[in-house]
Amino acid sequence: MGKYLLRRLLQLVVVSFVISVLAFLLVHLLPGDPTTTILGPNDTAANRAILMKQLGLDLPLWQQYLTWLGAIFQGNFGNSYLNHQSVTHILATGAPVDFELILISQTIAFSVAVPLALVTSRKPNRPLDNVSTTSTFGLLALPPFVVAPILVAVFAVGLGWFPATGYTPFTQSPATNIHQMILPSVAITAGSIAVYYRLLRSDLISTLQQDFITMARSKGLSSRRIMWRHAFRPSSFSLLAAAGINIGALIAGTFVVELLFAMPGIGYALVQAVEQRDYLVVQGIALVVAIAYVIIQFIIDFIFTIVDPRVVRE
Amino acid sequence: MPDDRELLDTGSSAKLLGDRFPGMAATDEQVVALQSETLDSDDVLSKKPFGFLFWFAITWVGLVFLAAIFANLLPLQSPNFQNYSALNQGPSSAHLLGTDDLGRDLLARLIFGSRVSLIVGFCGVAIGLVVGGTAGLISGYKGGRLDVALNAGSFIILAFPAIVAVIAIVTFWGQSLFHITIILGIATIPLMFRVIRASSLSFAQRDFVIAAKTMGATDTRIVLREILPNVIPVTVTFSLITVAGIIVIEGTLAFLGLSVNLPTPSWGNLINEGTANNALSTNPYIMMWPAMSMFLLLWSINLIGDRLRQRFDIREGLL
Amino acid sequence: MARRTKKTLEFKDVGTGSGPLLVVDDLHTAFRTGRGTVRAVDGVSFEVEEGKTLGIVGESGSGKTVLSRSIMGLLPPRDVVRSGTVHFGGHELTAMDESQLREVWGAELSMIFQDPMTALNPVKRIGVQIAESLALHMGMDKKESRSTAVELLRSVGIPSPEERVRWYPFQLSGGMRQRVMIAIALACAPRLVLADEPTTGLDVTVQAQILDLLADLQRERHMAVILVTHDLGVVATRADDIIVMYAGKIVERAPTRTLFNDTKMPYTRALMDSIPRLSDPSGARLDAIAGRPPDLVNPPTGCRFAPRCQYAQDKCRQSEPPLRTVGSPDHLFACWYPLVDGVSTAPAVAVTVGPTNNPTAGSPSAAAPSTGENDG
Repeated sequence: MGKYLLRRLLQLVVVSFVISVLAFLLVHLLPGDPTTTILGPNDTAANRAILMKQLGLDLPLWQQYLTWLGAIFQGNFGNSYLNHQSVTHILATGAPVDFELILISQTIAFSVAVPLALVTSRKPNRPLDNVSTTSTFGLLALPPFVVAPILVAVFAVGLGWFPATGYTPFTQSPATNIHQMILPSVAITAGSIAVYYRLLRSDLISTLQQDFITMARSKGLSSRRIMWRHAFRPSSFSLLAAAGINIGALIAGTFVVELLFAMPGIGYALVQAVEQRDYLVVQGIALVVAIAYVIIQFIIDFIFTIVDPRVVRE
Repeated sequence: MPDDRELLDTGSSAKLLGDRFPGMAATDEQVVALQSETLDSDDVLSKKPFGFLFWFAITWVGLVFLAAIFANLLPLQSPNFQNYSALNQGPSSAHLLGTDDLGRDLLARLIFGSRVSLIVGFCGVAIGLVVGGTAGLISGYKGGRLDVALNAGSFIILAFPAIVAVIAIVTFWGQSLFHITIILGIATIPLMFRVIRASSLSFAQRDFVIAAKTMGATDTRIVLREILPNVIPVTVTFSLITVAGIIVIEGTLAFLGLSVNLPTPSWGNLINEGTANNALSTNPYIMMWPAMSMFLLLWSINLIGDRLRQRFDIREGLL
Repeated sequence: MARRTKKTLEFKDVGTGSGPLLVVDDLHTAFRTGRGTVRAVDGVSFEVEEGKTLGIVGESGSGKTVLSRSIMGLLPPRDVVRSGTVHFGGHELTAMDESQLREVWGAELSMIFQDPMTALNPVKRIGVQIAESLALHMGMDKKESRSTAVELLRSVGIPSPEERVRWYPFQLSGGMRQRVMIAIALACAPRLVLADEPTTGLDVTVQAQILDLLADLQRERHMAVILVTHDLGVVATRADDIIVMYAGKIVERAPTRTLFNDTKMPYTRALMDSIPRLSDPSGARLDAIAGRPPDLVNPPTGCRFAPRCQYAQDKCRQSEPPLRTVGSPDHLFACWYPLVDGVSTAPAVAVTVGPTNNPTAGSPSAAAPSTGENDG
């Protein structure tokens, strides 16, 4: 197992490096010029040239890249050109918001999808199964930017159960924090429920046809035990893989709800930085988000070795 | 393409049985007992009707398409014509779906707005399909160094958060329908590549391909005549799911004001208009129509994709 | 081996002790499919005594696997029609609901599956898979069931069981996996084990080892075994009685020695001829049975074997032969023109089979009274 994980870790390092190049190029190859951002469009060419030199933008690309990367290894992602906040600071304040949003939404998604799939897969193509399978298509068709305004209109404006906007750090007031987190988390949950439910259901249905399930029945085990202890684990491989991809996509995808609910997350900071052409911030966040995604994949790979002992051998 | 269904699914009789007897492993006894069923009727897969919902979904997608194509011929006022004597009206005979806060006809805006979703969704996937699909088909069949390189490359690109790149590129490059379609199309290339490569790879090692090789068929011929027809079911199904995905991303961009420039309507920016500045309480119709239309369109596309997947007998986890 | 007493069955007792261990009476099992009803088991009756071995033999598609599952009650919940009765130790299994059956399954009545690769859970350690029945039926705690699992692995001949108990199925060879399956099936000392093609996927040498192991354990524990197989050779030396099935019905049933010495049914004969023998000259062809078992949705009228039988007469194609006896009361067969000394009694047939070469004129025994037990 150690060897397997070591190999995956090595892959992780290589992929991270390539991603850092991509993040760097993404910003540097695009048209536009940071000096315009800083000095405004009407300054003289001479002033621009001076600024370019100060920022090191007159150097060849590879040198700029190495300087940037070298600084990152010392924990310095650079500062925003506009408000001179350090990118590290933006990430440190934003990350907990995204982490919490994803944690809550994924907890909801799993606690809805898993029991539902365990129930419906036992009697496929029966009314309950048909209803839940068809309605999950409905969930797939509910992107956050449609759900969130409706949730706000109904539960915040209409019923007044939850606040419409705002964010309080968990460390400051856990109760307020959770209260504020519920609507935005639910808004990004719909798609996850649908994907997890459908994958688990179809894998469970095929697992339940396996000989080892009949074998488990012939031992006299209860249906409950068979479903949880025998069928669930071997049916959870696609679920796990999908969860990895999905959580990765959510890191960057939370910005819609962050925008709507005025929460200072990373996604929100990123969209703002892009709009203001705050190059170093975009570059830094893109890199961190991409590497977080790769690390999640690595964690999923690790969980795979526990869930399916066979992967290590292959 | 003779019997590709049979080739596609080696364990078809066992699978059919499994569907019929959940909770029981298909034993050879039952397989034999029911084999005649699968052998006698080749159309056993097509026997299962698609059902009402499927045809409803097809009808809705067709309707949206027709309306979008013939929008100019329909008796609609211009989507950007502002009628200040009819602000925030509910549905009426003059404005079937009502008007917005600037007195613009909501039906006209809805129909013209659908063009953006449809063009971005279907053209974007077409780009991904042509580039990513072709590469995947060849890469999966040929294997070797090219395959290893492309596969690793696609993995790395997929690790990069596409939405970040898309937002950045759109912002820097300029927002236009053409740019958005191209960018989202490019973003689907690695996805298409991976799915089609996996499918192509699985067929490249089948006996009928090896047989064709030993008979001296050229690679081009094998890819076009033997592999392509077998890869089509997975491709169609996955493409439909991707169309739905791209429509969502375009909607998100439009919602953020990063898609086509205003005042060109798109469903995403209509929803945004309908939710901004407390519009939801003053005139819920502005948001309701595009939100419902989008919901139905995404639901329909996903449902059609899934029914086709069932018919083609593709495992859900594969996509 | 630290053996605990089994938990007592909680459902109401219907009298125990007397009579055979297993009584199957007129058992029918059919599957509803899109194309019609598949009658996989069609009126089967037999008995198994305590400690005895019954072999059930038939080709693929003869319904023997469905029969074994049907006896257990291990059938899918839907689209199955079962009628007839199964009594086990005096309890009527066919009248029990699943929660009652679960008390019997694994504890009194257990099953060995054909393919140990697919019948063992791939992601659970073998020790856990053995221990869970022990915890369930014997009320053992974790530690106790663990040590008993090690003992069981040792008793089925797995070397260094203390270590192997933590292994996963994929780490074991096919033969070892089948030993693990046997250990699971025997964990709670059941009175009857249904072994469904227990050796089909294994090498010939391993096959014999597994069957010998099963026979040893059976003697040790005084269990009854039903050995379901397509291979007459497997049951020839190991079964007390043999049932030959064809297309969902019993076509011949006799004590093993009688079956081999005095084969009545041409189908049984054909099965025997398909066993390779050491005494055959090398290069001798085996007689395979031409054709395939019939479609169980629309079985042929008359004798179901008639379309493939070389002696078939009009009568065979028109009316179905009952299961009956001639002479010895424990030798049942369903044939209008049974073989006598390996020669058919069908009229107008002078074809010889087997070693005998004196064609006898057919004296049709069609008029013999029907004593079959599954008429109607």
